[in-house]
Amino acid sequence: MVQKLGRLRESPSQTAGPYVHIGTNPNFIGINGVYAADLGSEPVPAAVKGERIVVTGHVIDGGGNLLKDALIEIWQADADGLYPGRGEHRGTADPAFTGWARQPVDGVTGLYRFETIKPGSAPYFDGRPMAPHITFWVVARGINIGLHTRLYFEDEETANAADPVLGRIEHRGRIPTLIATRSVESGVPTYTFDIHLQGEKETIFFDI
Amino acid sequence: MRNENSSYQDGAFFQRDRAWHPPAFTPDYKTSVLRSPRNALLSLGNTISEMTGPVFGHDMLGPLDNDLIRNFATTGDPIGPRTIVYGRVLDENARPVAGALVEFWQANAGGRYRHKKETYLAAIDPNFGGCGRTITDEEGRYWFRTIKPGAYPWPNGVNDWRPAHIHFSIFGHAFAQRLITQMYFEGDPMIWQCPIVQSIPSREAVETLVAALDREASLPMDTLAYKFDIVLRGRRSTMFENRKEGN
Repeated sequence: MVQKLGRLRESPSQTAGPYVHIGTNPNFIGINGVYAADLGSEPVPAAVKGERIVVTGHVIDGGGNLLKDALIEIWQADADGLYPGRGEHRGTADPAFTGWARQPVDGVTGLYRFETIKPGSAPYFDGRPMAPHITFWVVARGINIGLHTRLYFEDEETANAADPVLGRIEHRGRIPTLIATRSVESGVPTYTFDIHLQGEKETIFFDI
Repeated sequence: MRNENSSYQDGAFFQRDRAWHPPAFTPDYKTSVLRSPRNALLSLGNTISEMTGPVFGHDMLGPLDNDLIRNFATTGDPIGPRTIVYGRVLDENARPVAGALVEFWQANAGGRYRHKKETYLAAIDPNFGGCGRTITDEEGRYWFRTIKPGAYPWPNGVNDWRPAHIHFSIFGHAFAQRLITQMYFEGDPMIWQCPIVQSIPSREAVETLVAALDREASLPMDTLAYKFDIVLRGRRSTMFENRKEGN
């Protein structure tokens, strides 16, 4: 008889549902007094090195409707391209920076907004530099398993052209769905990144 | 204590079995129809962006964060079946995932959520908030105390009800392991009638989300216990990897 591999199966995903905020952002929906603040909503401390930016946008369904109940998490490197937290063995990232944040979209306008720093470049697994990017993870009612995507920056044209991940996208016409557009709002560089779940402008989502 | 930087934990993660997970488009769960991508996912081998993840320290936890019976109460205990939920967070290699942040949320005993967009006519419990969190110990263990949630009607089919469930959000050691799921209770007949449960293709996979009643762990004359183990993606040993320094 063949030996068994003895592995477990990953717990299957389920939707976060419409009331995800109860667990992740209780203060945002008026459940106060359990946690001092909603985890992931803290501002980036002044001690963190790097260029302050705002990342904002909407999440849009296949009918063109704005999601009002989505939750977004971001994960990114520090200004030098080092990741805070577990699994980074190339050096020590900026100790003041967590690299992770979480925001719900606004329940009325559907807008999300992160105040963060622009990440530096980190290497692809073969050592080539990846262009600066922010990993996005989107959950909501109607999304059975969290959707991973990446935000790249419009003003990193040269780095984007050499990015190994963008470089292997066969359908070149879809690459712009990963590129955030830049403007300056109240003196702060602001990148707009709309996430289209379905349809003509559908964002590229990754199986990581 | 286990060294989390040791070589067996440094490799790439096993790929997700997306035939085991629910697919994006499951039309019996109606909201998924317009919220599911139509294009194929783009396969991305793990890079450092996916193989790293945030760290949450035990110092962020308040003393009642894993006690939903007390963490919102003002005038007494909430009404409903007093329940302990406990288990371990493991990876696919059956190794404990230590230091994992586990968040959970749920309705009260009547199936009513404390959320401003919730309109179900069952009453709010003034002493029940419905949220909690904890961080696994060095053996991957977690536990919390709560009230068993009630079933809950929802506007999907004309007469659809969710089985009693508790939502779980789990952070492993890397963003590639990020997972949100739901826990169900052993013996609930509504598990097998629910379109959200049925978004999962196989009965075998659903059964891994059903917590077992554990009379031995229950407190006599006090609280029933349910055991719910969670499995996150496992990873290869670095000895199998062929990667340049730096990733």
